[in-house]
Amino acid sequence: MSPPLLEIQGLRRTFGHLAAVDDVSLTLEPGVLTAIIGPNGAGKTTLINLLTGLLMPDAGTIRFKDQDVSRLPPHARVRRGLSRSFQIMNVFPNLTAQENILLPALARRGRTHRAFRPLEGEREAFADAEEILGEIGLWEQRGARVRALSHGDQRRLELGIAVATRPELCFLDEPSSGMNPVERQAVLGLIRRLSAEGRTTFVIVEHDMDVVFSLSQRIVVMNRGQVLADGTPAAIRENRAVRETYLGTET
Amino acid sequence: MGTEGADAATRRRGDMAGRAGLVALVLALLLLPLVGGRYAQYVAMQVLILSLFALGFNILFGYSGLLSFGQAGFYAVGAYGCAKLLLLKPSLLFGVLGGAALAGAAALVLGVLCIRHTRIYFSMLTLAFGMMIFSLALKWQSFTGGDDGLVGIPRAPLEIPGILSVDMTSLGRYYYFVLVVALLAIALGHRVVHSPLGLTLQGIRDSETRMAFAGVPVRRYRLIAFVVAGLYAGLAGALLPPMENTVTPPVAHWSTSADPVLATLMGGVQSFAGPIVGAFLYFMIKDLLVRFTEYWLICLGIIVVVLVMGFRGGVLSLVEGRWRARRRGGGAR
Amino acid sequence: MGTLAFQGLIGLSLAMYLWLISAGLTIIFGVLGVINFAHGSLFMVGAYLAFTFYGLLGFNFGVAILLSLAGVALLGWVMERFFLRALYGVDEAYQLLLTFGFVLILDDAVKLIWGGVFRIPPIPAFLEGSWFVVGRPFPVYNAFIIAAGAGVGIVLWLGFERTWWGKTVRATASDREMANAIGVNVPRVFSGVFMVGAMLAALGGALGTPVRVASPGLGAAMIIQAFVITVIGGLGNLKGAFIGSLVVGVLSAYGTLFFPVFELALIYLIMAVVLLVRPQGLFAR
Repeated sequence: MSPPLLEIQGLRRTFGHLAAVDDVSLTLEPGVLTAIIGPNGAGKTTLINLLTGLLMPDAGTIRFKDQDVSRLPPHARVRRGLSRSFQIMNVFPNLTAQENILLPALARRGRTHRAFRPLEGEREAFADAEEILGEIGLWEQRGARVRALSHGDQRRLELGIAVATRPELCFLDEPSSGMNPVERQAVLGLIRRLSAEGRTTFVIVEHDMDVVFSLSQRIVVMNRGQVLADGTPAAIRENRAVRETYLGTET
Repeated sequence: MGTEGADAATRRRGDMAGRAGLVALVLALLLLPLVGGRYAQYVAMQVLILSLFALGFNILFGYSGLLSFGQAGFYAVGAYGCAKLLLLKPSLLFGVLGGAALAGAAALVLGVLCIRHTRIYFSMLTLAFGMMIFSLALKWQSFTGGDDGLVGIPRAPLEIPGILSVDMTSLGRYYYFVLVVALLAIALGHRVVHSPLGLTLQGIRDSETRMAFAGVPVRRYRLIAFVVAGLYAGLAGALLPPMENTVTPPVAHWSTSADPVLATLMGGVQSFAGPIVGAFLYFMIKDLLVRFTEYWLICLGIIVVVLVMGFRGGVLSLVEGRWRARRRGGGAR
Repeated sequence: MGTLAFQGLIGLSLAMYLWLISAGLTIIFGVLGVINFAHGSLFMVGAYLAFTFYGLLGFNFGVAILLSLAGVALLGWVMERFFLRALYGVDEAYQLLLTFGFVLILDDAVKLIWGGVFRIPPIPAFLEGSWFVVGRPFPVYNAFIIAAGAGVGIVLWLGFERTWWGKTVRATASDREMANAIGVNVPRVFSGVFMVGAMLAALGGALGTPVRVASPGLGAAMIIQAFVITVIGGLGNLKGAFIGSLVVGVLSAYGTLFFPVFELALIYLIMAVVLLVRPQGLFAR
């Protein structure tokens, strides 16, 4: 019986008097594409920040692959196989698309400190980058400076950076925000494809219900810092509490 | 497809032009003592020293995104360190490399303290530390000679025990020493900047959070950049004492810290050659201004304002833009 | 004991000049997020202008001060409106570099316009003389400075806490976008705050006219101390700046008496220690 990928116990984080995340316990199994939804202020982003290391918990534990990572800094969690993408785009604007992917690839291979060999000599990292650029469909634009890319392309690049570290668990914070329907379909297709490869388990924070219901195999609903409901999309759709507080206002 | 080909061709031609220019420059520098007098050699040495100083500064600023106002502190440690070492044992390499190493050590110690802070606090901390070193240089009479500084520093012979011993009293010989050291240091810097480490530093400049989430311990790399900048500053400073036979406190003052900043700004922050071109420009402009008016600081200030307002990429980005525009206008479609 | 108290009073009056320049610096940082390297130069220009109006042109002291405030306010407006404003979206490093450029210009410009060192004009008649404190003559002018500094403190406090403008400024300082969203003209607030900060610095310089020579190095000397104080008190923290000024002013006064050698290094050491241990300032909440 293999241990779960991620085990959260009694996680709690307050800001002043407000408990943004209030006694959350959750278990994530590998291979199950999970969505976290909830109204604004439900604590979704705080939860992701706690899980990825941008925030430290006030109480509770986070176990990743059966190791306590509750207080590890982000880069340490990434090296263990955790990663994330950001809602507000966080790419390297002055570098080329290829360099954006090269960096996490180099980091994964432990080559970032190499100072006396030319960058071009890092064949393995370049091969990794080529593979990922192909997967996200940006190979043709690899030489372009990121700030010159379209919004949709930058979003795909953002995704590419997140998976370039070949994580086992990857959190995507509103991956389709700000996109038109065409771009959204492209990103969803990409996530579906990457997920199907089986290497990475994705957890998506989303507001768009279509995305959530079409993509995920499991939905966790949060409200006011707590887990309101947790189950398959069908079960969530039927759940009365969820419908009242969240889906009820939409038809 | 076509534009990509033209762009690559333009880049290649630009590279070749750059390389040709570089060769010409190095040749000119090599031949200088034969054509120019003592003054020309002094100026050339000072430009080379400032180049190294600015190069280190830019690895910290242009490549890593950290603006330090205290680099003169390490410049001074290099200068005073070299002077002290030469007075102890008159061997040129011992003094110069020793001075640089001492500056690197100082950068390591101070870096550990400075590096955990973000941009504005980092800049102010470096200013504070730089000025602390200045007041040390000024007040620690017994060690640094206080206001008068250290004098009588020998232009020691270049010695490698058992292999060679070259007398350095002639200015021309020392000029070639400085030139060789500078060229080696610049070549090394070029290597570093175009290595994985160089890319990592640029990533940190562009987005520290993203770098952390790429699995890189950002603080460690900021420290590396800081130490590298300190080493270059120290090396630059260490080349001073044998040239002028004295070291005085102003080498540690914040106005000295401003020199590499201005040089880099003029030449171009985003490129490797920027600080070097800028060092040359800075000297030329200062020299020219001083001849015309005693109020050259105003002119310099105006230049800074103009650069910051409109030409943040410095001269090199202007040249690059002009070059690209011309090629695109005249070249094949 | 008497010496200590007396020197403390001297330190207090010294502190007031520091308070005026630091208040301006910290307000500008608190609202605009910019560290104005040229703030010391503004202090210096205030001193030069006041000297010109009062010492050279013979205006009434009060009028001279007002004119110098107006002059520096104009200078500050130009600096913010036409230069700094263009750089708000750009890396803060360039904002710092811009203000540094201004330092170079201003510090040399005063040399160009006014030339070398001058005599000090006489203290205005109604502020002449000394009072006897603990048996020593304490200049009335120093007492005036202390009162002026305290007065400014009260005005600033009232201004920020009680007036509509003050509330607008505080809202803009804490959340620029929110303020914009509710209709605040943020650029105008920025200009206004920059001008107020500049005027505070100018006031500090102007008030020093009858007791201190206006020199081109004045700006550089003041800015370093102002930095240290704003760091100690917390960037953007007015109360902290006040306390920090008192600390530095009084320590300076004692320092000249007891430890002249270490004074220079000490002040930087304090700044470094505060930045390392508690960068938000000793008096931050």
